[in-house]
Amino acid sequence: MKLLRDTWLVFARSMSLTLRQPVWVVVMLMQPLFFLLLFGPLLKPLFGDDAYKTFVPSLLVMLAMFSTMFVGFGLIAELRAGVIERMRVTPVSRLALLLGRAARDIAVLLFQAVVLVLLAIPFGLSVRAGPLLLTLALLAVIGLLCTSLSYAVSLILRSEDALAPLANAVSQPLLLLSGILLPLSLAPKWLQTIANFNPFAWAVDASKALFAGRLSDDSIWQSGIILGVLALLAVVWSARQFAKGVR
Amino acid sequence: MIETRALRKSFKTRGGSVEAVRGVDLSVGDGEVFGFLGPNGAGKTTTLRMLATLLEPDGGEATLAGVDLRRQPGEVRRRIGYVAQGGATWDDVTAREELVLQGRLYGMSKAQARERAAAAIAGFQLDSLADRKCKTYSGGQRRRVDIALGIVHQPRLLFLDEPTTGLDPQSRAYMWDEIRRLRDEGMTVFLTTHYLEEADALCDRIAIIDHGQVVAEGTPADLKREIAGDVVTLGMTNRVADAATVLKGEPYLRDAEQLESGLRLYVDQGATAMPQIMRALDAAGVEFASVQLHRPSLDDVFLAKTGRSLREDAA
Repeated sequence: MKLLRDTWLVFARSMSLTLRQPVWVVVMLMQPLFFLLLFGPLLKPLFGDDAYKTFVPSLLVMLAMFSTMFVGFGLIAELRAGVIERMRVTPVSRLALLLGRAARDIAVLLFQAVVLVLLAIPFGLSVRAGPLLLTLALLAVIGLLCTSLSYAVSLILRSEDALAPLANAVSQPLLLLSGILLPLSLAPKWLQTIANFNPFAWAVDASKALFAGRLSDDSIWQSGIILGVLALLAVVWSARQFAKGVR
Repeated sequence: MIETRALRKSFKTRGGSVEAVRGVDLSVGDGEVFGFLGPNGAGKTTTLRMLATLLEPDGGEATLAGVDLRRQPGEVRRRIGYVAQGGATWDDVTAREELVLQGRLYGMSKAQARERAAAAIAGFQLDSLADRKCKTYSGGQRRRVDIALGIVHQPRLLFLDEPTTGLDPQSRAYMWDEIRRLRDEGMTVFLTTHYLEEADALCDRIAIIDHGQVVAEGTPADLKREIAGDVVTLGMTNRVADAATVLKGEPYLRDAEQLESGLRLYVDQGATAMPQIMRALDAAGVEFASVQLHRPSLDDVFLAKTGRSLREDAA
């Protein structure tokens, strides 16, 4: 009960800060939007009318990765201002310090995802409500995984200068090995084998299956379990960093 | 209010491990303003952060406000307030918002938190700025908000890390008054400082810490009394080492410290020793740049206990 209350307090605080600078929510949406507008048309002659039906769910996974992997920057600013230390002096739950912030990031992510889907409809995208909700749930799990990792790493590094190259170095191969830009079925065997170890590739498969209405596809429950377990581990690790002696 | 025994903490660095705090024993009474005096890097902040549950001690024990630090850190958090050195406010929110949130984090209801925030705002005379964003505050105003955040839940024990560092003299005087007011309201205040005047003027008792260990503890007056007699400080333009040899063994001399360009002498009676010192050194051909006779200060206590001057260290 205390955890819920504390998480809500931290969430409400973070959310109110985000809503004061809503421009960043839009800026983070720019990257997938550019892909939708400037890259999507390239796929149409290759994959026909269904191009957006496979491309948009992939874009949503990309959005989930990139909108959350960099949230640590905000935390480093809070660390520097002494706000984290001030909160850690109170009896507030250490887990809530993480979950409250992650909940804010996930809420922002889901908002961006819905906007992206709505903007894609004029391009010929169609999706039913049930599969869309399941996709959003999957995105939330990805968001929880990436924000937890981003926060944990920020608490260890405590420096934007170190976080930026690290986040880039990690996210670029994950993006290329996920089949977001082009389907991995085009890839040579060895590349496909490596991609099998990329949890985000599984998420891309799952969201594509959901958007195509193939609800019984194995990738859906498989990616749910893979990402769910990873997210849980990331939360435990990250909450430990919040509990430790960070400045 | 605070009892510690053999509190220890070391940090891993590139070159190995550094013992920041090596066995600190402290005893702080109820309702005291207790000062932790020492140069930068002496282990003040590390000790304070351990006591405030922010850092896990490597060894030792501590009891704060009747609660065991290592067994019940959550309960300790409820009973203490802590104000860090670097500030604790976010630029884009107001002091009132921060105070209400802090109260809520301490478990208060919304109404309670608003009430306590209003009381803290009135107490620290923040009315005119409480609803402006924190980034518009001056350094002194920010520090007042920081301390208001530390006491919003009315703790019995308040930790202040270097509360007046970087403040102008006027803000510092105001801060001293505030700290005395908190003490008069029954709060125990434990503060760190590297200002001698602050320890002398503000603190009921002090502990001097150097290289992670407490080297002296007592009231400022007691500590100064330990250094019996007077202090003669001689500035010289030449032959400092010779002068020390000349004076060695003189019956009125209790102790001597060689400074960079001069000597500091501890003597029983300044008035009778002074002419003898001057005669002896004049005969040895020493040229003086300055001569001072004064009662022992806390700096002399520090020098006697650690072999270094806190003033030189700070400069």
